[in-house]
Amino acid sequence: MSKKGNSYLNMEMLRFTTAGSVDDGKSTLIGRLLYDSKSIFADQLEAVERTSKMKGFEHVDLALLTDGLRAEREQGITIDVAYRYFATPKRKFIIADTPGHIQYTRNMVTGASTANLALILVDARKGIVEQTNRHSFIASLLQIPHIIVCINKMDLVDYSQEVFENIVEEYRKLSLKLDVKDVQFIPISALNGDNVVEKSNNMKWYKGATLMYLLETIHISSDENHIDCRFPVQYVIRPQSQEHHDFRGYAGRIAGGVFRPGDTVKVLPSGFTAKIKEIHSLKDLSLNETVKEAFAPMSVTMTLDADVDVSRGDMLVRENNMPESEQDLDIMVCWMSEKALSIGGKYALKHTTRDVRCVVKDIRYKIDIDTLHRHESDKTIGMNDIGRIHIRTTAPLFFDSYRKNRITGSVILIDEGTNETVGAGMIV
Amino acid sequence: MIQYNLNHLRILESEAIYVIRETAAQFERPALLFSGGKDSIVMVHLARKAFYPARIPFPLVHIDTGHNFPETIVFRDWLVEDAGAQLIVGSVQESIDAGRVTEEKGINASRNMLQTVTLLDTIEQYKFDACLGGARRDEEKARAKERFFSHRDDFGQWDPKNQRPELWNLLNGKKRVGEHFRVFPLSNWTEMDVWMYIAQENLRIPSIYFSHDRECVVRDGVILATSDFIPLKPTEKPEMMHVRYRTVGDMTCTGAVMSNANTLAEIISEVASSRVTERGTRSDDKRSETAMEDRKKQGYF
Repeated sequence: MSKKGNSYLNMEMLRFTTAGSVDDGKSTLIGRLLYDSKSIFADQLEAVERTSKMKGFEHVDLALLTDGLRAEREQGITIDVAYRYFATPKRKFIIADTPGHIQYTRNMVTGASTANLALILVDARKGIVEQTNRHSFIASLLQIPHIIVCINKMDLVDYSQEVFENIVEEYRKLSLKLDVKDVQFIPISALNGDNVVEKSNNMKWYKGATLMYLLETIHISSDENHIDCRFPVQYVIRPQSQEHHDFRGYAGRIAGGVFRPGDTVKVLPSGFTAKIKEIHSLKDLSLNETVKEAFAPMSVTMTLDADVDVSRGDMLVRENNMPESEQDLDIMVCWMSEKALSIGGKYALKHTTRDVRCVVKDIRYKIDIDTLHRHESDKTIGMNDIGRIHIRTTAPLFFDSYRKNRITGSVILIDEGTNETVGAGMIV
Repeated sequence: MIQYNLNHLRILESEAIYVIRETAAQFERPALLFSGGKDSIVMVHLARKAFYPARIPFPLVHIDTGHNFPETIVFRDWLVEDAGAQLIVGSVQESIDAGRVTEEKGINASRNMLQTVTLLDTIEQYKFDACLGGARRDEEKARAKERFFSHRDDFGQWDPKNQRPELWNLLNGKKRVGEHFRVFPLSNWTEMDVWMYIAQENLRIPSIYFSHDRECVVRDGVILATSDFIPLKPTEKPEMMHVRYRTVGDMTCTGAVMSNANTLAEIISEVASSRVTERGTRSDDKRSETAMEDRKKQGYF
C-alpha cells in the first residue's frame, strides 16, 4: 500500500456547518477549500465554467458548485442543506452548507444538529450584523462544540489589524450572552486565499493559524459524551439457526459512555439488571472478535448473561448513572412546518429508538433569534420560529438534557396526518 | 486520560449500519437494491455485519437490464450464495416483452431509462416499502441534498421540495399506504471512502474494476466496450485497449478508463490522483445538465 493510501486509513472525521447569505463570500470560501484540497474534479469545474460563461459572468461562479437543484438554480438561491465532502491527509470533512437568511432557520438547525464545528463568516466592512447573531445563537442552541469566526474580505479593509480586533471585541461581547465554549477568530480573504490554506503575507500581524490548519487540528475526540453510559436498543438479533440457536444479541449505536464486558447494566423501562457477556464491534463477519470497550458513536451488538426481556426502544444504562425519566418535559423547539404549532396539538415523537406521542401543554416563550429577546406574550410558533414549550408524552422518556448529550437529549415531532417532521426539539 | 477515537471509516461504517438497522426496524418489507457495483457490494457487506450472526433479514433485488457485463452476473450469483441471501430479479426484457416499456432506438439506445419502470413494477409486485441503495451524495449535484430516508410518493416519484429534514440521528420513516422510501446508508461516503473500505475489509469485487484488455470504441469522449448491444457507426473502428471501470452499469452507457491499476492499492492511488468524477464516465448523465435530477423525479435509483 502506498504511503498516501495508509494515511487515508487513519483519518479522523470532522463535520462542520456553514451558514451565510449570497454576498458574504461563503460560496467562495467553500469553493476555495474544495479547490485547494483538490476535491473539485475537472469535469465539475468545466461544467461550472460553461454555465458561468453562458450566463455572461466575467468570472467562474464557484457558487454553482454548491448549488444543486434546478429550482434553486433558477431562483439563484440555495433552499436546503447541501452536503459537501473534502479530505486532506489528516481528516475527512463533511460540510453541511445552509443558507443564512432568517426564512431558512430550519435548514441551519438541521445542518447544525450533527456538526462538531460552526464556521461563521463576518464581512470585515460590515462587522457583526443580525445574521451573525442568528448563526451564533443557533450554534449555541444546538451545542456545536467549536466555533470559528472568519472575518472575511480583509482585502477590502486594507488588511487592517484594528478592524479585525474591533470585530473580535464586539463578538466576544455577543458570545457572553451565549452558551459557547471554544471560539477562535481568523482574518481571511476567501477571494484571494489569505489565511485560508496558506498564511497571508498581507497580515504579518496575525500570528494565529490558517483556517485549514485549524480545521485539521482542532481537538474533537472529546466532543462525544464518554461519561454517561447510554445504549438505546435498536434491533434484537435472533438468528433462528441451528448453529446460533441460543444467540440473542442487542444491536444499537452507543449514545454515550463506555461499555465493557462484565459491566452490570440496567434495562429501562423494565428495571431488570444483567451483566454484559460480550460486545461485538463487527470488525469481521464472525463472533470470535469481541471488544474490551465500546463507546459512542460505535454500532455494536451486545449479549447479556441473563435471559431478560429487552426490545427495541429500551435503553441499557449503568445503575449508578441513570438518565432522567419523565412524561412532562420542557423543550426548545425549532418549528419546521407552515402549519403553526398549537397548544393542545398532538404529535408523534421520536426520541432515540423510541416512538411515543405527545401533547403540547404550554408555549412558554418565543425567542427573537436576531436579538435573543424572549417574547413571553407572543406565543405563536410558526415556520422557522424557535421557542420553549412544555409537552406531556404518552409514556416516560429516558433522557438527558441536550447540553449533556445531544443524542439522548434530542427529539423530533411528527405531524400524525401528513407524517412530516414538523419540529426539532432539544430537552432543557 | 484515555482517548476514545474512531477513524473515519469506522465512523462511516457505524453510521451506515445504524441506518440499515433503522430500516429493518421501521419498515415491514425492506429490500436491498443490488447492482453488482462496488457500492452495492459494500452495502451487502454492511447489511451482513448489521445482523450477524443472523442472515440479512430482507431480499436483494437486482434490476437486470439484459445489458449487463457478464462478469457482473457471475459475481452477483457468487455473492448471493456466499451471503446466504435471497435474490429477486426484475427483468427489463420482460417489461419490454410485456409491452410495459418501449425500447429506445438508434445508435445511443440505452435501457437505463427503462429500468425505472421495471424497478417500480418490482417494488409494487413485492410490496416493498423501503429500498436500500448504495447512492452517495458526492456522486452528482442532485444527490448532494439527498436524505438517508428519501420519501417517494405512490407513483414512486421524488419531490425535492417535499423531503423531510433529518436532524441528529432521528430518521422518520412514517408513510401512508402505497408510499415507499429509498434509503441511502452510504450518503456520507465518497468514492475514496468506498475504495478504502473495500481494501480495509478485503472485499471481493468483480474483475472489470481491475485493468484488463478489452475491445472498445471511443464515442463522444466515452470509452465503450463493444458488444451486441452497441451498434457501431460506419466511421467507428474498435480497438484493443487497456482499461478498467470505475462504476458498473449497463454496457451501453458505462465508460471505461485507460488504466494499469491491477490491485486495490493501485486503484486507490489512481482515484486519489484522478481529476474526473466517476460519473464523468457515464454517458447517461451527460444527456443534459439536470439529467440525474429528471430521472430521480421519475423514480430512478
